[in-house]
Amino acid sequence: MSKKLAAVAAVGLLAFTAACSGAGSTTSGGGDSADNTITALMVGNPQMEDIQKLTADNFTKQTGITVKFTILPENELRDKVTQDVANQGGQYDVATVGAYEVPIWAKNGWLHEVSTQAQADSSYDVNDLIKPMVSSLSGEDGKMYAAPFYGESSFLMYNKELFDAKGLKMPEKPTWAQVADFAAKLDDKGKGVSGICLRGLPGWGELFAPLTTVVNTYGGTWFEKDWTAKVDSPEFKEATNFYVNLLKQHGQPGAPQSGFTECLNTFGQGKAAMWYDATSAAGTLEDPNASKVAGKVGYAYAPVNKTEYSGWLWTWAWAMPKTTKKADAAWKFISWATSKDYEKLVGEKLGWSRVPSGKRTSTYSIPEYKESAKAFADVTLGSIEHADPTNPGVQPRPALGVQFVGIPEFADLGTKVSQEVSAAIAGSNTVDKALADGQKQADDVAKKYK
Amino acid sequence: MRARLHNSIWGVVAWIAGIIFVFPVIWMVLTSFKQENVAATNPPSWFFAPTLAQYTQVFDRNITPFLLNSLMASIFSTILVVLLATPAAYALSLRPVAKWSDSLFFFISTKMMPAVAAFLPVYLLVKHLGMLDNIWTMVILYTSMNLPLAVWMMRSFLLEVPREVLEAGEVDGAGLLTSIRKIILPIVSPGLAATALICFIFAWNEFFLAVNLTATNSGTSPIFLVGFISSEGAFLARLCAAATIVSLPVLIAGWVAQNKLVRGLSMGAVK
Repeated sequence: MSKKLAAVAAVGLLAFTAACSGAGSTTSGGGDSADNTITALMVGNPQMEDIQKLTADNFTKQTGITVKFTILPENELRDKVTQDVANQGGQYDVATVGAYEVPIWAKNGWLHEVSTQAQADSSYDVNDLIKPMVSSLSGEDGKMYAAPFYGESSFLMYNKELFDAKGLKMPEKPTWAQVADFAAKLDDKGKGVSGICLRGLPGWGELFAPLTTVVNTYGGTWFEKDWTAKVDSPEFKEATNFYVNLLKQHGQPGAPQSGFTECLNTFGQGKAAMWYDATSAAGTLEDPNASKVAGKVGYAYAPVNKTEYSGWLWTWAWAMPKTTKKADAAWKFISWATSKDYEKLVGEKLGWSRVPSGKRTSTYSIPEYKESAKAFADVTLGSIEHADPTNPGVQPRPALGVQFVGIPEFADLGTKVSQEVSAAIAGSNTVDKALADGQKQADDVAKKYK
Repeated sequence: MRARLHNSIWGVVAWIAGIIFVFPVIWMVLTSFKQENVAATNPPSWFFAPTLAQYTQVFDRNITPFLLNSLMASIFSTILVVLLATPAAYALSLRPVAKWSDSLFFFISTKMMPAVAAFLPVYLLVKHLGMLDNIWTMVILYTSMNLPLAVWMMRSFLLEVPREVLEAGEVDGAGLLTSIRKIILPIVSPGLAATALICFIFAWNEFFLAVNLTATNSGTSPIFLVGFISSEGAFLARLCAAATIVSLPVLIAGWVAQNKLVRGLSMGAVK
């Protein structure tokens, strides 16, 4: 009896699982099998949320192509695209890729080039794209491998109320020495206001984004043209010491744990007199629902020392993984998302402060956009135009990138060194030791390229 | 008198421990009703004008397919686990098979390897079967993920069934089916509920396999949640709103099963 029952149960279960997997397999496979549907993977930044809202009523209506979105944080997205392309999974037709990865992935043969399609389409107006954006998204063959969705540089934001109260005036292009001086004068621990807010959170894209621009303008570099590592050079040391001491003396509390988000909160709550960070922060800072300093912020160019400009260059761009089987539909989406018309659509439907700016020169001559972004539009455009990913410092560089070195090993190298520098900010390490260790690691990386 | 004092001291300790555990949840719910700039204040503000703005934003992102996927993966895998684990546990407790302790150990040993170590073969297999981004893949994986635990739990519950009662039933002519229905099930039903709930929660919360094996069609709620983490702009209040919504089904399931659960969890405690 019991054996019979067991057998019946087993057969029943098998049938059930088979039915389940059978039912599922019809909808499975790489990406979406329907021809007029494409899949998009993107980070959850505000600009991407906006495109998710606008796609169905506009893009799908015009073209009949449905877009299915997946939103993931930056690190998960990076892993996912790498995995998908390396294993030929083909789950995504388009993805947002950052400026750091585009040239590297292009070299690996993971991305479709988009120059041909962009140039063939006269209404796309590829020449309107800001030059540094195009060069940061180009492979070694000079072709573009992604189309910029929005771009940013870095600049100095300052709280005008606090500056006025002390009778201080920020120059349009301050030097780091001036900034340190302001920070000392405005530091008011009694009121809980720090002189400056800077990133101290470990990570190549956190602490080392602003710090590498300081290194650049102090005459330092990670590598020279012939891949000689220069992490323990006097210039690199001087810049890092300056940054660490400035943070220790007049920086925000909890600096070693502060990244972009934490600084945005600190400065947005009026708890810091200055903040040197991404130009894209301005949109949030000027939004009264998200910040307490809306309308009270002044914007100046990235502080310098030996160079004329020192702003970084970053963009989130739309790219097609090589594994897509719907390159035409994917390009239609990319060209729509990065077009002038899309910027206009966002401005009219969602508000001009939400336009994905920083990639097209023409954006900065739209009257409505100029009006809504008048506090920071000019400095932003100027900063982006003067950022040079091929030559960001005082010496020739071996790879693309302002605030990073465009090689796959840099993410790991930058993150490791940043952990030690962050410890120096916390007081449990010294800059000398951090950079001596960093030099060894950079030497190891350089061996592969020499 | 002393015993009463003793009791009330332990009562206070229990309450403090309870509050410590519940505090993050309360915090999450409170934060979800704040504006982003209020959520970011330090020290945190306890008094604020509540707003539903964050919830509106969460629903703007269309949470429904993610919730449905999660429900499907969790419910089906839990049903499968219970259907498979109960007979297995029966064969390892009330009617032990030969070398039952070895197979019991084999079950639990599958939990000792980190999921990431076995992931690559799983990924390649799923890819070659054309089952990437398919919710039934998740059902099968969650079933196998929870099965060892459920077998162990069900076994300890089945051991609680007094032999004498079973034997008395057999003497009275009860077959296996009748024994299961009339004797075993009523006794272990709290345990069954506890096992099912735990499997449901584990499947509901699973992130690693889901993030790697799903894409646009079968993303589960944890995938929806992390989409709110952004490197640009404030997201704390929105993330809390999304997390609150995603926690609700588990809370409801736990609340419904509360009575059985307390009995089930304390079942193996006293012999």
